[in-house]
Amino acid sequence: MSATHNLLRLTLARPTGGLEVDLSLPSQGITVVLGPSGSGKTTLLRCVAGLERSHSATVRVAGILWQDDATGVFLAPWQRPVGYVFQEASLFPHLDVRGNLDYARKRAKVAKAAPAHDDVVHLLGIEGLLQRSARTLSGGERQRVAIARALATQPELLLLDEPLAALDPARRQDILPWLERLRDELRIPMLYVTHAADEVARLADTLVVLEQGQVRACGPVAEVLSRIHSPVVLGDDAGVLLPGTLDQRDAQWRLIRVAFAGGHLWLRDIGLPLGHTARLRVLARDVSIATEVPQHTSIQNILPCTVAAIAPDTHASQVLVQLACGESTLLSRITARSAHALGLVPGATVWAQVKSVALVE
Amino acid sequence: MPLSADDLQTIWLTLQLASVTTVTLLLLATPLAWWLANTASRWRAPVSAVVALPLVLPPTVLGFYLLVVLSPQGPLGQLTHTLGLGSLAFTFGGLLLGSIIYSLPFAVQPLQNAFEAIGKRPMEVAATLRATPLDAFFTVALPLAKPGFVTAAVMTFAHTLGEFGVVLMIGGNIPGSTRVVSTQIYGHVEAQEYAQAHWLAGCMLVFSFCVLVGLARLNRAPDRSAA
Repeated sequence: MSATHNLLRLTLARPTGGLEVDLSLPSQGITVVLGPSGSGKTTLLRCVAGLERSHSATVRVAGILWQDDATGVFLAPWQRPVGYVFQEASLFPHLDVRGNLDYARKRAKVAKAAPAHDDVVHLLGIEGLLQRSARTLSGGERQRVAIARALATQPELLLLDEPLAALDPARRQDILPWLERLRDELRIPMLYVTHAADEVARLADTLVVLEQGQVRACGPVAEVLSRIHSPVVLGDDAGVLLPGTLDQRDAQWRLIRVAFAGGHLWLRDIGLPLGHTARLRVLARDVSIATEVPQHTSIQNILPCTVAAIAPDTHASQVLVQLACGESTLLSRITARSAHALGLVPGATVWAQVKSVALVE
Repeated sequence: MPLSADDLQTIWLTLQLASVTTVTLLLLATPLAWWLANTASRWRAPVSAVVALPLVLPPTVLGFYLLVVLSPQGPLGQLTHTLGLGSLAFTFGGLLLGSIIYSLPFAVQPLQNAFEAIGKRPMEVAATLRATPLDAFFTVALPLAKPGFVTAAVMTFAHTLGEFGVVLMIGGNIPGSTRVVSTQIYGHVEAQEYAQAHWLAGCMLVFSFCVLVGLARLNRAPDRSAA
């Protein structure tokens, strides 16, 4: 196991069912752990931080063993270079914002060129809040301060436990750009726990799907999302992520074209410059299938594809169809009756009609 | 001068006793309350019960056992004799020991409640910010439990002022050594010195009232401003 990967191997008996995880995760970017509540996501983070003691575990981060029960290695939480952002606001109420940040900064072992204090404050846009009492902050501000405070410890690994779950939708949209900024500007790997599909689409580089304490899938986010055999977790939000580049603008109809490996899609022009790279999110429920070139249709985006596989969906009336579109993969959710009527089988040539596409960054 | 030199001496002794009791008890009760608030040990319930015993036992029972323990034949008495301290019964030291035991629940329970109200989360947060448990205790738990400490200190102090039975049993009402305000009032009443009793009793009443009002103000203020 090299230092470019962090190793998490945990087994833990819990009253709600055990947790068994054996993961080797890239030591950069955001790894999102996705799963329904009760799947063991939070327990996983707590074990990595040392807040909860698993029965037999090996945790190695940045080449350093944090825990190896086979050899009796166990670093206490305060000895592990983690930053932990809890789900709810966890700022110390007896300190102001600056006091909260200083609490972490004073105890950080400054050894390497990590982001300086001012950088962290600037990175999260909390310059104006430093004198405020933790009690007077809004939910979004509190989480930004909590993230800054976790970063002020100069962690080797940042753990985030549903940091947006306690916020209303508008506040979530306020914070997501700050998290993207952290991902792009810091070299700290993050382990990010959530059950929200939009956070996966925007933030994840690597996706781990956890269900009932077991890892159902793990890999690069686009690849995991295009699988059809574990759609349960995402349910309605099953769909693929396509990395692409803005390559053409239709000024008359206010549309922009995004090229991806396998074709291109037209979508609403929101003013991004040509050449901009973006992630496209195409939900399975927005993709329909035709066996002949559709004509006289309002759908603008029609892509020639080959059926790669067909799998049962969450409800018996539906199937998920995996479509190969050049080098990319699309998912389509259609009724089982349609699949039968169209005679869809793997290898069949079809046209995918994409009703809606979202640009996620 | 409505208060005699004797009365003033008992007031001075009472304040000394209450102060030393309060300081000693806070030092003892803090780790005990922390343990009670956080332990999952099967000893939690019995220890809790022992701490609460002085609340329900008649002071005479407590005083009686203390006398037995402190007497030259008792275990503690033998120890103090070996150490050359003589018997603690009917001394200020014995009185102090009795006060500490008698007021124990008044110190432990507010502290325990305060620590329990903090919960585990702030301590976990501190741990992820590289604070050792001791560091986190002093920098997070103690500041957050401040209202509990104020309550514990005031309740202990006020309760020590008001104790009577234990004092009489173990102190013996010796002027200048173990005679406190409450026993002095008793003495005045016995001697039918009602005027003297009135003055001392009145002082106690006013003082206790002021302490309780002050406590209520202190503990309300931070909550209101937070809301």
